Amino acid sequence: MSGQSGAGTPPVAAGGSGRSGRAASPAWRVALGRVRAYMGRHQSLSIVIGLALFAIALPFIVLLPPLNGFGTQKDFIGGFADAGVFVLLAIGLNVVVGFAGLLDLGYAAFFAIGAYTYAYGASPFSGLDIPFWPMLLVGAIVAAMFGVLLGAPTLRLRGDYLAIVTLGFGEIVPVVFLNADTYTNGTNGITGLAQPSAYGLFGVNGFGFTNPWPYFLTVVLIIAVAFIFLYRLQDSRIGRAWVAIREDELAAASMGINTVTTKLLAFSIGASTSGLAGVFYASKLSIVSPDQFGFTVSFTALAMVVLGGMGNIWGVAAGAFIVYEIQAQGLKQLGAFVQSLHIPTFALGPMSVDLGSINFINFQYLLYGLALVLMMLLRPEGLFPSRRRRSELHESPEEAAESNEELVQA
Amino acid sequence: MTADAAAPVLVAKRVTKQFGGLVAVNAVDFDIPQGSIVSLIGPNGAGKTTFFNVVAGLYEPTDGSVEFAGKEMIARGRRAWAEPLVWVLPTVIVMLLGVLLEQLTKSGAELAVALVIALGLLITMFLLAIIRPPIYDRLLYRLGIFKSARPNDMVVAGLGRTFQNIRLFKTMTASENVMVGMHSRLHASPLDAALRLPRHRREEKEADIQARRWLAFVGLKGKEQETARNLAYGDQRRLEVARALASKPRLLLLDEPTAGMNPSETAQMTTLFGRIRTELGLTILLIEHDMQVVMGVSDRITVLDHGDKISEGTPEEVRRDPRVIEAYLGKGASA
Repeated sequence: MSGQSGAGTPPVAAGGSGRSGRAASPAWRVALGRVRAYMGRHQSLSIVIGLALFAIALPFIVLLPPLNGFGTQKDFIGGFADAGVFVLLAIGLNVVVGFAGLLDLGYAAFFAIGAYTYAYGASPFSGLDIPFWPMLLVGAIVAAMFGVLLGAPTLRLRGDYLAIVTLGFGEIVPVVFLNADTYTNGTNGITGLAQPSAYGLFGVNGFGFTNPWPYFLTVVLIIAVAFIFLYRLQDSRIGRAWVAIREDELAAASMGINTVTTKLLAFSIGASTSGLAGVFYASKLSIVSPDQFGFTVSFTALAMVVLGGMGNIWGVAAGAFIVYEIQAQGLKQLGAFVQSLHIPTFALGPMSVDLGSINFINFQYLLYGLALVLMMLLRPEGLFPSRRRRSELHESPEEAAESNEELVQA
Repeated sequence: MTADAAAPVLVAKRVTKQFGGLVAVNAVDFDIPQGSIVSLIGPNGAGKTTFFNVVAGLYEPTDGSVEFAGKEMIARGRRAWAEPLVWVLPTVIVMLLGVLLEQLTKSGAELAVALVIALGLLITMFLLAIIRPPIYDRLLYRLGIFKSARPNDMVVAGLGRTFQNIRLFKTMTASENVMVGMHSRLHASPLDAALRLPRHRREEKEADIQARRWLAFVGLKGKEQETARNLAYGDQRRLEVARALASKPRLLLLDEPTAGMNPSETAQMTTLFGRIRTELGLTILLIEHDMQVVMGVSDRITVLDHGDKISEGTPEEVRRDPRVIEAYLGKGASA
């Protein structure tokens, strides 16, 4: 704040010419800048190209050493499809937390609602057999409706209080699915969900458990659509209203923004993305049960958003992918690696320690915790922050140096 | 200007606002004629900003009412007890019908259907009450229930404001700030935006042009892409004015717009007020401590002290009023 009152002095011209005036930037930077500018003008196209490049490159990357030692290409592709679920969760939560600034700790509730919607739409339990593709839309809409319903009571709350209430809703929803046995089959969950069908497109009919490819491509497709919609919303009057509410709710209301509808919209759009993820997840696993949607899912999604960089859709997606792969692949491989070293059991006081027997997957939440602590201390804006978030948390060194120069010149 | 040129834009009737035992504003009558610049002055803690916040819809007054553009917008709620009845009434009716049909046919299905419909209606009514769309407000009005307008309703009605301590959206650019100001005048729905329908694209293009125009109007040309927090102090104040103007108000509330400015910046700001009135035809309500500004631009001045209106009139009259001198300088100074 003190920097601001001192900011009365900088000469008018400095701001405008600051960026372009800095000479001798390397050629790759200029090229990068041009690519950025192009991406800014053709967002949807660059999203499609970017995701397509990822989707094409990933299957080949896993064939290269050392990754090919860790599993077959099929295993990896199946893992990527699961990672895609979390990418969807993270970019949806990013709308609520990153754009509108509403800390939501019960986000898994909408994931559960999406998944159960599919379970009701296409399983022997309900007797219905609605195809997967329309159910995607239905799941998103149902989740969005619950987003509004569960968001409405929290509207007057801010900060800690909002977090606690959403945490409560996040717990309530799986517990309802657990205890309403007659309608949800309780702990056992609903099984035998129909697999999606591609109607013979690309020679694929049913998706099947043994072939992860259609799932991988489907999730990439869903992510691409979600990306495009979210980017467009971010760049509209609604996106601006979200940011305005996050920065100063009172000022936003005084500028004519209906804070109630705008917040509800953030909740419902976040929830609908989560609903998409839920439908896809349910169809891939072919079973839904309440224990899949506990607090750990909400927490994991939030950790992904924070680590990736709140407010930046690409950043959050990358964060989700990295975190998921470390958790699902990295920890497993670390265990196998340590085991392969054959470290002899040694005594540590009264305990005998056998490093080879440690199951590293059990330590994932320890690692999340550590990663979050380190992140908050070293890089609070996340790995790939949005421009906004970065400028909020600290002045970049360049800017600081610039303003120092100005002070010296003055 | 037509016949209603002299009609007041805003009429405050005996507005009172109490915070616990403290009477911040006490039965203040106030009206602002169309096209005028009216100032509100008074020592610190006189209740000026509280009065402002009541008018802007931030506080519900303890007593009294505010009429804006000929319509009562702000007052203490009337028949507020009846509102919950409106929420449950449709539900109760449907349930009663269900029970009645059940009694007639004895089939049992009607009750279940009625229950589902009733629950849906209850949820819908609650959501309506939370969102408060114009339809809901009109329904309440028809039933004789009055609810004070919210700040965003006042902006839609045509009231723009700035803040005493600058409240810009700091991480947004100058032009984005102005575009947030336009929010209530833009109508693209989320669907329009997500699908980039022509309506959204046309509106965004127009909004961008308008934002540039407003920034140029207040003298911030060339700083459209500057982040608000990086603007100089005086520019931030001007950006606040541009943001308020972007909502196309009829009445502009300016809360100490020249606080902390040097004399030349203050002079520029004063010129800007004049241009807002002459070029845009807006009415201005000004809170200001700088007496030179107040005496220079105001058509009329109202003086508050400890929540009471102690004087009102042209700058000349107020300047000579012994009660005003007393309030500012203490007893004995007027003698």
